[in-house]
Amino acid sequence: MSGRPPAESASPADGAADRSPVEDADVCVIGAGPAGGIVAERLAQAGREVVVLEAGPRFDFDDRLARQERAIRPAYDRPDVWDGDPERDAHSASGEWFYPLNHARVKGVGGSTLHWQGMVMRLHEDDFRSETARGVGVDWPLEYDDLRPYYAEAERELGVAGGEDNPFAPPREEPFPMEAFPPSYSDGLFAEACDELGIEMHSVPNARNSEPYDDRSACVGYGTCQPVCPSGAKYDATVHVERAESKGATVIDRAPVQRLEHGPDAIDAAVYATPDGEYRQAADAFVIACGGVETPRLLLLSESSHYPDGLANSSGLVGRYFMDHLFAGMGGLLDEPTRQNHVGFLTSESHQFYDGADAEFAPFKLEFFNYDGPSPVEMALSGDDWGDDLLERLRSEYGNHVGLGALVEQLPREDSYVALDYDRTDDRGNPVPDVHWNVGDRALRTIERVNEIQRELLEELGAEITWQVGPEDTGPAYHHMGTTRMGTDPTESVVGPDLRTHDLENCWIASSSVFPTGGAMNPTLTIATLALKATDHVLESV
Amino acid sequence: MELTRRDAVAALAALGVGGAAVAGLDRSDWGASGDADARAETVDADRIRETLLAAAEVVYPREVTGIEEFVGAFLEGRLEDPTHATALDETVAKVDELAEAWYGARFATLSAGGRESFLREVGADTADEDPDGTTAERVRYYVVNELLLALYASPTGGELVGIENPQGHPGGMDTYQRGPEP
Repeated sequence: MSGRPPAESASPADGAADRSPVEDADVCVIGAGPAGGIVAERLAQAGREVVVLEAGPRFDFDDRLARQERAIRPAYDRPDVWDGDPERDAHSASGEWFYPLNHARVKGVGGSTLHWQGMVMRLHEDDFRSETARGVGVDWPLEYDDLRPYYAEAERELGVAGGEDNPFAPPREEPFPMEAFPPSYSDGLFAEACDELGIEMHSVPNARNSEPYDDRSACVGYGTCQPVCPSGAKYDATVHVERAESKGATVIDRAPVQRLEHGPDAIDAAVYATPDGEYRQAADAFVIACGGVETPRLLLLSESSHYPDGLANSSGLVGRYFMDHLFAGMGGLLDEPTRQNHVGFLTSESHQFYDGADAEFAPFKLEFFNYDGPSPVEMALSGDDWGDDLLERLRSEYGNHVGLGALVEQLPREDSYVALDYDRTDDRGNPVPDVHWNVGDRALRTIERVNEIQRELLEELGAEITWQVGPEDTGPAYHHMGTTRMGTDPTESVVGPDLRTHDLENCWIASSSVFPTGGAMNPTLTIATLALKATDHVLESV
Repeated sequence: MELTRRDAVAALAALGVGGAAVAGLDRSDWGASGDADARAETVDADRIRETLLAAAEVVYPREVTGIEEFVGAFLEGRLEDPTHATALDETVAKVDELAEAWYGARFATLSAGGRESFLREVGADTADEDPDGTTAERVRYYVVNELLLALYASPTGGELVGIENPQGHPGGMDTYQRGPEP
């Protein structure tokens, strides 16, 4: 079809014609997001017979413009962009803080990277030793140096455009695969205020092509990165899933795993539903890569007489320590044009305050927005006016906004968790995940400090402050972490540093669910890094 | 400000990278497509085009010119989707039915003032768009917002507001770096 396809025209692709199990599978990977995609591709490359079970459908790349229209038009909610299904994706949120789980997650081949922003920073060295360096949280059973080669590999895999101008970043061994995106016009406005206040700005590593890379185009500036990139310049996990298939892996879509059949020491099979009925996929090894919510949920759903509290849960910690990054922000108006909403990604940040973290204040990073204030086209579709009146309104309301964001670490807390809600079931009759999200005082105190810095910056810039997100109304960054934490002590963790569950000899977890602490950096690069590491360990066994 | 073929093509948008497909896009190609023949049997494309053009003259600002070609080009892309074409056809038929009842004439033949009054009386100004909603909500979705989406996601529509690369348009990597024109 030529032309802009209408929003209604997008629908899930037909997907697999045959959803029956693969015979003699070496490895069954559950989840077709970035972790599952990377693991599947590497294992298939190594000659293993791999099957990937994905709960959601495949999406047609040619539908992306129609999905973009859903992102712009007010008739569609955010989950509609990627065919979210309220029954399939039902959830509860019983914590002190409401958790809007479906706002930014996608079930389908590619997972939530179809929706994500695409920011890819390495965790800092102290993030791996929070207890030792900051006196709170726990230390990871790994150090930065253990992951450093994997980080470099992950940057090549995702295709990261970045610069070496960040004096606060951890040491690295080679340049980024692509040049960083140049700073925006509004970055330049902020730079003067930052100079006055002694705040250093630097580029942002983006999983987004600043030049053609990996058979994908350079970014063309559609401006709707989150929730959909029509050009494919933003990395998403369909890249690795498709590569895995080209190397012989089998991907079965619309195949939500219902439970894992197991003995005391190993998983025997994944029982999965399909539109054609239920099947059982046996394999020598299993890699669970369903993210920080569905991973613990699947383990909890797989309870048995041997594991009455959930599979791989001898520690009792499956689902515990749910963490996210907290958002803090502020913005306002200048009396001059600020050129917002030309692109949908960030080009400048400051990590200057990150390593000053201690027991009282969490690490955080500052973000300089390129898309603060309204997008004219979105504004045009939701007023009571048209013609000259509408144009006058658009002109008066667009053009002078500036905004700052920040991500703040929250500490792992046992009372922040993902559990099963037995009072509510999904479309398959399974108890839904209850994201019981609690946030501690350290994070909230840090948000106050962030707001102070943001206010100082905006005042230096001469902005009239018009909005603020502070400790009272902070929300999540949709980075689900911590719910099958990694550690060396089987009584205090779910997986070891080799990403294998302590309880089961043939089950690995590749997900942000293994993060013992979260730092304040967007997690996907570390997810990819750990997926590469997990693959090496699987290959040692299978 | 004149809407150009570039805007129409930008509104069409599904062009891959860098507009390489733009050069090949020609009105004769649209008219000759198999899809166009197929849809002609089921929807009244001429009436849709005529009605939306008449509505565009109301909902677009006066300083915009070149509307006819722009709307025609945008609609060609939209009518290729049979579901959308059918819904457009039904909505336009309803618009004409009500215009006949209230004004004694088809919408497109009303004066500009009459068209403006009609769209307000049908409730399309205050309705929230909804492709499956009431008449007002469907007119807002398939007529008013269809046109506003086409305009304000195009470079000329964006430039009217001060943004050369509006959301939805693949306007490249230069504009976000540039300052305002003096």
